[in-house]
This record gives sequence, C-alpha cells and structure tokens, in this order.
Amino acid sequence: MPSGVTAKEIEMNAMTQTAAKTGTALASIVFAALVGATVIFFAGHAQSATLHDAAHDMRHSTGFPCH
Amino acid sequence: MIQRLFVGGLVAGFAAGLFSALLHFAFIQELILLGEKYETGALVHFETAGNAPAAEGHSDDNGDDGHSQDHVDGAAGEQGGDSALTRNALTVLFTGLIYAGYGLMLVAGFALAEQLGRKIDTREGVLWGVAGFVALQLAPAMGLAPELPGSVGADITQRQIWWLGTVVATGGGLALLAYGRSVAAAVAAGVLLAAPHVIGAPHLDEYFGSAPAELGAEFASRALGVGLASWAALGWLCARAWNSGRV
Repeated sequence: MPSGVTAKEIEMNAMTQTAAKTGTALASIVFAALVGATVIFFAGHAQSATLHDAAHDMRHSTGFPCH
Repeated sequence: MIQRLFVGGLVAGFAAGLFSALLHFAFIQELILLGEKYETGALVHFETAGNAPAAEGHSDDNGDDGHSQDHVDGAAGEQGGDSALTRNALTVLFTGLIYAGYGLMLVAGFALAEQLGRKIDTREGVLWGVAGFVALQLAPAMGLAPELPGSVGADITQRQIWWLGTVVATGGGLALLAYGRSVAAAVAAGVLLAAPHVIGAPHLDEYFGSAPAELGAEFASRALGVGLASWAALGWLCARAWNSGRV
C-alpha cells in the first residue's frame, strides 16, 4: 500500500468509481430506450402522409392504429 | 455499454424484423390487398350491395379458398411491377425498423435487469420477447383489433392514446408480475393489466367495414400469430446478441 493512502481511502475511491460506472450505465440504458421509443413512434404512429404511406402495410400487420 | 446496447438491439432487432417481413408476405399481404379491393369498391361484399339475397350472396362470395386466391392474384397484378416492388421494399424496411426499435427497448430492459443483478439468458430472453408481444400487440388488440384496410375506427389520436396507455400499463404489469416479490406487487400488476380494458378502447357507435367479417377475422388472427412468432425470435436474438457482447 503506498504511504499516506489508507485502506478506507482506497475503499472510498472504489465506491465512487462504481457509482460513476452505474450512473453511466443508467444514462446509456435510458438513451437506448429513448432512441427505441422514438423509432417506434415515427415508424408506427407519426401521421405525416409520406411516413404513413411508406409504413402502411407494416402498421396494419403489427396492429398500430393506422388511419 | 452504449455500444453493446446499440449493436445488440439494432442488429438483432433488424434481423427479427426481416424474419417478420418474411412472415408478413407469407400470411398477411394477400389479405391486405384483398381488403383494399373491398375498400375501393373493386369488390363488393353482399351485405353492402344492399339487395342481394343473403343465401345467394353467401355462396357467391365465400365459395372456396381458390376463389379468394383469384382476387389476391388480381390485386397484386393491378399494382404494376414497379409500384408493388417499391411498396413491398418499404414494408420490409419499416418492418426491420420497427423491430429495431423494439430490439433497442428490449436490450435496454436486459441491461436494466443486469444492473439490478439479474442476468437475462437466452431462454429468459424469449420470455421477454413474448411479454413484449403481449404488451405491444396482444393487449392493444383486445381493444383495437388489427385493422384490415377499409376498417373505419374512432378518432386516430384517441386510439393512439389508448394504445400507448395500454402498452405502458401492460408492460409495467407484466414486469411486476414476473419480478415483484410481494402480494402488493401482484395486486398492482393485476390492476395495471386490467385497467386499459376496464376503461375501454375508443370505438364508434356503428360499424362501417366494407369487407366480409371472415376476412377481417382471418387478418386479425394472422397478424397476431405473425407477431408472436416475430417477438419470440426477437427475444431470442436480442438475448444472444446482448450476451455475446459481454466479452
């Protein structure tokens, strides 16, 4: 153990790193879920004529309210 | 983490979407085209013709399977080669996209479970896929059945709001049912699962569908069957991709 660094300090450091890692992971999870939800919204629900026509058959077969 | 989420969710999701598109063309597209012929009036069902006797109309319209197939082939032929190709290519693209969206949500769920100390293996991944099918297709279909083209429904915004509420409530209810550890969680799950159907989906007071009821029923059944198969494949593929990205 390096001089001047106590076991408690090392433990605190490890806890901080774990908390930061968990925070980053949660942010990544929320981001991925948001992108997924956005894709589902535009492909499944958006009512612009172009999107509606292009996605028409898929919307009917996957049970989205279409018209 | 972010790379593992996006590669796993998007690639597995798009692959499941291609499988779903294959099933779409094997089981569903012919019914959509046939429904559109009733929608445009190219075919007229006896009940909407007004004066045709029921018994005679029945034998004319619902003779046998080969009869239906004739209409389907006619409808596909009338689209013209290029427009049919474009239309079908867009269906493949958007089916891939929607399942990529589902895949991202599913893998985000796997990652959250892992953060909470639960590893999702391939078998559990299939169960998550089936739960996704129930939340995003089966439960909404109990209020708003998959619509054959030509169906007339209530206001689109109201239906979309009920659809979204049902998806969120059912997803939450299933998660509580599967992973909740108390009686209160089970009760809350029951309330969440039942609430959308107690509230009820928006419907019109009358029916306006132009196509035969049998065609609409067959379409809805096939849409749900294809959905279940596609979601099971999605869960399996996502769990494989998620776990293989671990190293």
